[in-house]
Amino acid sequence: MSDITKQSLSELVENIKSKKLSSSEVTKAFVERSEKSKELNAYITEDYANALNKAKKFDEKPDLDLKLPGIPMAVKDLFCTRDLRTTAGSKILNNFVPTYESTVTQNIWNEGAILMGKLNCDEFAMGSSNETSFFGNVQNPIDKNLVPGGSSGGSSSAVAAQLTPITIGTDTGGSIRQPASFTGTVGLKPTYGSCSRYGIVAFASSLDQAGPMAQNVKDCALLHEVISTYDEKDSTSIDFKRNEYSKELTKDIKGKKIGIPKEYRVDGMPKEIEDLWKKGIEYAKDCGAEIIDISLPHTNYALPTYYIVAPAEASSNLARYDGVKYGFRAEGENLIEMYEKTRSEGFGAEVQRRIMIGTYVLSSGYYDAYYLKAQKVRKLIKNDFDEAYKKVDAILTPSTPSSAFKIGEKTNDPVSMYLNDIFTVPVNLAGLPGISIPAGQDAKGYPLGLQIIGKAFDEQNILNIAYAMEDKINFKNNINDWWIK
Amino acid sequence: MSIDLKTIKHISKLSRISVDEKKAEKLAGDLNSIFDFIEKLNELKTDNVEPLTSVAETTLKLRSDEVKSKNLRDQVIKNSPKENEDYFVVPKVIE
Repeated sequence: MSDITKQSLSELVENIKSKKLSSSEVTKAFVERSEKSKELNAYITEDYANALNKAKKFDEKPDLDLKLPGIPMAVKDLFCTRDLRTTAGSKILNNFVPTYESTVTQNIWNEGAILMGKLNCDEFAMGSSNETSFFGNVQNPIDKNLVPGGSSGGSSSAVAAQLTPITIGTDTGGSIRQPASFTGTVGLKPTYGSCSRYGIVAFASSLDQAGPMAQNVKDCALLHEVISTYDEKDSTSIDFKRNEYSKELTKDIKGKKIGIPKEYRVDGMPKEIEDLWKKGIEYAKDCGAEIIDISLPHTNYALPTYYIVAPAEASSNLARYDGVKYGFRAEGENLIEMYEKTRSEGFGAEVQRRIMIGTYVLSSGYYDAYYLKAQKVRKLIKNDFDEAYKKVDAILTPSTPSSAFKIGEKTNDPVSMYLNDIFTVPVNLAGLPGISIPAGQDAKGYPLGLQIIGKAFDEQNILNIAYAMEDKINFKNNINDWWIK
Repeated sequence: MSIDLKTIKHISKLSRISVDEKKAEKLAGDLNSIFDFIEKLNELKTDNVEPLTSVAETTLKLRSDEVKSKNLRDQVIKNSPKENEDYFVVPKVIE
């Protein structure tokens, strides 16, 4: 079967369960395609030989009751994988081999999936284009020299290029939804506390969440069902009743109230995005949803708030990289000089910039003016959503203010790079779930995404709305394998 | 507000990241444009707003204090940049 890599996760699971395909056949197909796709630079670490061995073992004694039976999968290199190098896209973790497994990846292996390798990402997940990675930028399979989005850029590129049937990313300010939007794929950022953060290299702990990235909504629901578990190893993991998201998935969203926030009509938004949003509203109406105008008055303050909260938490989380216990070390005359040189040579420019911002806003004399102020505005942003959800069941917005941009186009202007996350950041600040689905193309043929934001713990509802709209949109990604010689 | 080179040097000390003149100048420029953008928050009156410290409205759970992980000393030490059988090695601290 030569078209194995074109199959969706759900099809592959079905074919392995009915013994039409073996895990070895499927794994071999994805490994071969990944090997032919090195130009995309989607992988940081390949583990193909082990993957093929594990597939062989699975086939010798297949457990077909599992949810991901013998399915090969590559994951973002921010998840610690036992005995396999985990770099977070950074020089400072270049040689780090974890002695433990993240809960999210463990859940995936427990359901029968097989690790193929670790996917490229922005350094410590700080970036919106995958250009801050120590391991180089990633190509978007849509078009050469186009960024795949970030920080989960290796993940979005790999799913869109069919190097892996499905993957996981992490989302602190948009790092799953923005790259999904840039590559014509589906990405879900779950409610804060729904997926364990244990074993994920920490960026901003009050915002970080892991989530699935897939070719379609059904696959996304299935993987979310596997990764979303209560975990006592994460003190912010929340013990709530989780659905069997893929089984309970329905296209019946009749009478659901969907809010359209007027503040998301930002200055300078391209007409293509405005048109896409209008089309999205029509699709939602066609599905039987009721459209209601709402207001989220503090939307414009979300990005400035985020750029205080996230760097502050990052500066504290990244204090552990000191060149002593693991990772890269630069030699110095004394201990302090060793620390300073290690961090100066081990971290890239964007990470250093954010550590400095974070250190400054937390430093004596500035804490109240910046950090405390940001926490207060964060409360106002959350209140906006709480108010809106008295009237609506979900909110529909564009995922990004533009389609994917060229590599190098925004690297010299941090603020213009940050503006990419204008529609995704408020969702992280309020701890809500959000999903991006491909909804159309711009004039250049680049994908554009729509975002559906839900109430906390209401993943099923936004998955259902996405599932119903996906059917109406009938999006087809335009990828011609240009990188395969 | 403006962040000068002296402030950059102070933050770099606190951050334990060494910066030379050239890098300090670049950082000052970047940080100033980012803080210009952040200053927007001052438009809002927040005197009576409670700060949001966590979106997860739960109280921390207690668990029994048991050792669950195995002894991984050798593997943990192996990740150290300067290898030694029993210890992490750093430059001399006490003269």
